[in-house]
Amino acid sequence: MEIEQLEKIASQVRRDIVRMVHGCQSGHPGGSLGCTDLLVALYFERMQLKEEDGKGVFDMDGTGEDLFFLSNGHISPVWYSVLARKGYFPVEELATFRKLDSRLQGHPTTHEDLPGIRIASGSLGQGLSVAIGAAMAKKLNGEDRFVYCLMGDGEQQEGQVWEAATFAPHHMVDNLIAFIDLNGQQIDGPTVKVMNNRDLGAKYEAFGWEVLEITEGNDMASIIKGLTEAKGKAGQGKPVMVLLHTGMGYGVDFMMGSHKWHGVAPNDEQLAAALAQLEETLGDY
Amino acid sequence: MKKYTFTEKKDTRSGFGAGMQVLGQQNPNVVALCADLVGSLKLDAFIKENPERFIQCGISEANMIGVSAGLTIGGKIPFATTFANFATGRVYDQIRQSVAYSGKNVKICASHAGLTLGEDGATHQILEDLGMMKMLPGMTVINPCDYNQTKAATIAIAEHDGPVYLRFGRPVVPIFTDPDQKFEIGKAWMVSEGTDVSIFATGHLVWEAIQAGEQLEAEGISAEIINIHTIKPLDEEAILQSVAKTGCAVTAEEHNRIGGLGDSVAQVLIKNQLVPQEYVAVDDSFGESGTPAQLMKKYGLSAEDIVAAAKRAIARK
Repeated sequence: MEIEQLEKIASQVRRDIVRMVHGCQSGHPGGSLGCTDLLVALYFERMQLKEEDGKGVFDMDGTGEDLFFLSNGHISPVWYSVLARKGYFPVEELATFRKLDSRLQGHPTTHEDLPGIRIASGSLGQGLSVAIGAAMAKKLNGEDRFVYCLMGDGEQQEGQVWEAATFAPHHMVDNLIAFIDLNGQQIDGPTVKVMNNRDLGAKYEAFGWEVLEITEGNDMASIIKGLTEAKGKAGQGKPVMVLLHTGMGYGVDFMMGSHKWHGVAPNDEQLAAALAQLEETLGDY
Repeated sequence: MKKYTFTEKKDTRSGFGAGMQVLGQQNPNVVALCADLVGSLKLDAFIKENPERFIQCGISEANMIGVSAGLTIGGKIPFATTFANFATGRVYDQIRQSVAYSGKNVKICASHAGLTLGEDGATHQILEDLGMMKMLPGMTVINPCDYNQTKAATIAIAEHDGPVYLRFGRPVVPIFTDPDQKFEIGKAWMVSEGTDVSIFATGHLVWEAIQAGEQLEAEGISAEIINIHTIKPLDEEAILQSVAKTGCAVTAEEHNRIGGLGDSVAQVLIKNQLVPQEYVAVDDSFGESGTPAQLMKKYGLSAEDIVAAAKRAIARK
């Protein structure tokens, strides 16, 4: 897919995100907006997925296709929008986000059989372990597909992440490409102030990972280039970690670069201001 | 009372190891994981025969649970193994989110449960595991009584689609069940019929209950003994049928009296048929170092304690 087309999808996904969190007056727009470009690139360009007529077809086992796991489950709005826009479920269902009897729970769950979701996430630090297990199952099954996993940078403060970080290189899980969303923010403030992760790249390298950076994590061309590079480093005995530099709230000027929009919904006026900055490209739900 | 004898004593964890060996041969999707306790979990035979299906996790139980959940997504049946304390309390949230809430087909297999791991003391003697696991929606909780039953249960849970907590232990206990038994999840086993008191026992306390039944018989009291090897789902019908006949109940378990089998049985009785119930369980305390036999006696889990509880229950009728 052309870069321009991917950017158009990303613009619509950003509209979906702000409308979803506005619709239920809760949820996490900041990280969702920041990771929009990565998820669009993965689902619409890079991942090999089971599809029919361009629409994603879901089965839990995911045999023979690439898999994506969202460890920082609070950025569910971006994932739900991308899954809907990819055709896993009707886009109209995005309007039910975080409401009673919805399949679109506040944090992703398999409990409601929402197509596209293979594990619950929300309690942080667990997704990398799950992705490693799924990647090992692919190896045991003799498959050559990849497993992708996205984590937050604040999430790196969870101990389980470092259990997984030790485990994956030891078992040479080299069909795994993980990302850390380096937006530098967490709920209580800038990550360097709340709990400084220091040099995550050096840490993962020391743990035995191939590490690379995408310094422009909200630039589609840079992401595509970085994903190609990441895939090139896979399959050589080491798992791959991509440090993805993004802006929290990217695409909506008043939400950008601040932890204040981590978990706050816009009011009516703010919604209008946000939507004025985001082109409607695929039609609002 | 039906007579039970034994010619051999063995640890239930060895029954687990024997079951794993059978599964390794029979089911190519079974994968074993362990957190640096391969010898204690008796996995040597499985690992020797299926090295490619064994995953050493090191001392990282949280990651082991997550990796297990991920393996199910590719159709594998992971058996995640370690000591009961590290298999439950240490990783409760990992089990809750990545396994139970996600409905993953992970088998959490836990050795060294309860007081009777002995000398290691209270840090390792978890007495809250049944409670934690049974509170998780969708979790099946099994606590077999001897070597043969543990082996049969191990094989049976591979056929069950859904998360399971299988609990066993370190001490050697008499082998008195059929080596060729078919293990039915959720189906209580009538050990011996009786008319005066129902004794619902789980784990190796079933053997203590049999000894208690013999002592009671000598005093002219007829005890009905039922092996509740599956704590969840609980065989409510078997419990209600028994107390309809006997009019009182004793529950016996190597667990805190709060949250274990006793409370599960009490719920059934309160809702359906109110009869006196007495608990044989650890009285809301931690354990300590000692030999298994010393600890069973000190913490009130022996056959004599079951006899006394049965008499109290009968007196309250």
